[in-house]
Amino acid sequence: MKNLLKYIVSRVLLTIPMLFILLSLVFVVLRVMPGDPVSAMLGDHAPAHVIREKQLELGLDKPIFVQYLNYLGQIARFDLGESMVYKQRVVDTMKDKLPATVELTVIAMIFTLLIGIPLGAFAASKRRSARDFGIRLYGNIVYCIPVYWMGLMLQLLFGIFLNWLPIAGRTSARTFVTDFARSNFYIIDTIVAGNWAALGDVLIHIFLPSLTLGITLSGVFLRLTRANMLDTLKSDYVLAARARGIPEKHVVYRHALKNAFIPILTMLGLQFATLLAGAILTESTFSWPGIGRLLLERIYLRDYPVIQGVIVVYALLVSLISMLVDIIYAFIDPRVKY
Amino acid sequence: MTSETETGKVQAKPEPILQIKKLCIDYPIAIGTVQAVRDVSIDLYDGEALGLVGESGCGKSTLGLAILDLVREPGKIASGEILYHGRDILKMPKAEVLALRGQGVAMVFQNPLTSLNPLMKIKDHFLETIQQHKPDILKKDALRMTAELLEELGIDKKRMDDYPHQLSGGMRQRIMIALGLIMNPDIIIADEPTTSLDVIVEAGFVDLLNRLRMKFELSIILITHNLGLVAEIADRIVVMYGGKIMEEGTAEMIFHRPYHPYTAGLINCVPNIDVDQAKLTTMAGSPPDLVHPPKGCRFQPRCPKALERCAVEEPQLLTYRDGRRAACWLYPEEF
Repeated sequence: MKNLLKYIVSRVLLTIPMLFILLSLVFVVLRVMPGDPVSAMLGDHAPAHVIREKQLELGLDKPIFVQYLNYLGQIARFDLGESMVYKQRVVDTMKDKLPATVELTVIAMIFTLLIGIPLGAFAASKRRSARDFGIRLYGNIVYCIPVYWMGLMLQLLFGIFLNWLPIAGRTSARTFVTDFARSNFYIIDTIVAGNWAALGDVLIHIFLPSLTLGITLSGVFLRLTRANMLDTLKSDYVLAARARGIPEKHVVYRHALKNAFIPILTMLGLQFATLLAGAILTESTFSWPGIGRLLLERIYLRDYPVIQGVIVVYALLVSLISMLVDIIYAFIDPRVKY
Repeated sequence: MTSETETGKVQAKPEPILQIKKLCIDYPIAIGTVQAVRDVSIDLYDGEALGLVGESGCGKSTLGLAILDLVREPGKIASGEILYHGRDILKMPKAEVLALRGQGVAMVFQNPLTSLNPLMKIKDHFLETIQQHKPDILKKDALRMTAELLEELGIDKKRMDDYPHQLSGGMRQRIMIALGLIMNPDIIIADEPTTSLDVIVEAGFVDLLNRLRMKFELSIILITHNLGLVAEIADRIVVMYGGKIMEEGTAEMIFHRPYHPYTAGLINCVPNIDVDQAKLTTMAGSPPDLVHPPKGCRFQPRCPKALERCAVEEPQLLTYRDGRRAACWLYPEEF
């Protein structure tokens, strides 16, 4: 346990240089990019003195290097600064949006795993059959489909033709968020408040966007699970288990799948970044009020501090997940020790 | 064992507990069909230790797996019967085959390092097996049974809580044997059980197997290319080449008076410590292509004593006066 703590501390320390490099890149790229917050806000025809005043106010008149050092100093004090467009702290803009994104991606990951792993395992156990072929075809197709197109099609099917599910937002207009919202993780909040009607509403709203995101990524996990299962099904301990009279069902799911799960877990950590990227598009398709949509909005406005802040949060999320994955390893695989 | 008289005439021979009859196993591959096992018939009697020897790829491991109906994909048992106490394993309902595996016939595999599930504790391997075959046994009784058996094999019962990677190769081999014995099978098939062990551990393994054989009244099928190992354990030896039986007889016959040139060649390849040799003896040529097996006798292209006839006609497996069987034109029926 002491080693585990040491490991966590070293991982946390390692994220510092990573964040530094990432922020430096983003800082430079944003300022090299055409356009700036002042012209985005005032338009091209504003009088020169108004533009000048605004630049002074935002500190954009200073040399870029000074701006950079100021920003780093701010970050070192755990301060993400203030939006350049709205009078709002960056942390406050993200406060209710980050939980929306986390909720979306976590549920999407659950869909991905629920679809990808059993299908992959089943395909492997029925190798070369028509069912195996069908499952692999599904995997390839969903992998190729862009997430926003998939989102539109599912909206059309479930939202318009069948009229089963809502296609936008986190709640319907008749659900009063203020009744339960505390942490802004609506699923948790509604459960804590015991507001079951609101929970139902929240769940049917999250269903379609997270399913969309989950399906597009399930292809990767399906293929990975299938490939790993084919390996583990050929292993000696699987043959030995069969020779002891263990039924095929247990051999496949207890022996082979559990061993195949280790590389899948690695992939899960890595694919989380893909999932967040997919979430940006999904949030736009489903008008989901998350940080992905916030990021897009603020890129149009060239709201530098918010863009940088959101990217910091993304980076922290990804490294947090990969750290969690490493810790989970130790619980699944007895050969891994910290 | 068997009550054979000097002349080889059989007097009220007991029923074999395992009878393999005319077994053929095929592996369909892209360029044709590999005839991995052809027309193999073997009887195994109660309490007997049978050695199955031959080079790599002669079909001996496939044959071992076939007894549990576990031939690896895409291999298929093309024809033949495998009778366990008179009942054909290949025609049994699935549930009965599952019950037979481990309980009637157990298998100890080549590589003890990879034959245990790395994510499962030692005791869970045993619990899983016991509860599969005898669901009524309480967990604590199952654990006690396991502990007793492990102690019997010289493994501290505390090791039950370990994972496979925490144990040495020799220990894992003994655990594989214990896993084989836990349901009290009457036949143990040991497939190259010592290949991944060093010689000292191997010697210990031989003693252990001989001791267990007496104690648990086991019949053993020992599959190996290691003639030294067969010599120390087996009563009777079957020599296979290219998926076919070349010769079969008691250990004494095979080692001291081999008929078949292949058997003689195999024995010749065992280095002798008393002879000063600079080079190890090897057998010329390589195992046959089993997609297109040689015409006539399968060993004929490599045989130092091959006759013209050998390349044309395949010799039948004949039973000779001393009780052995051999498939070779050098020995006429009355020999």
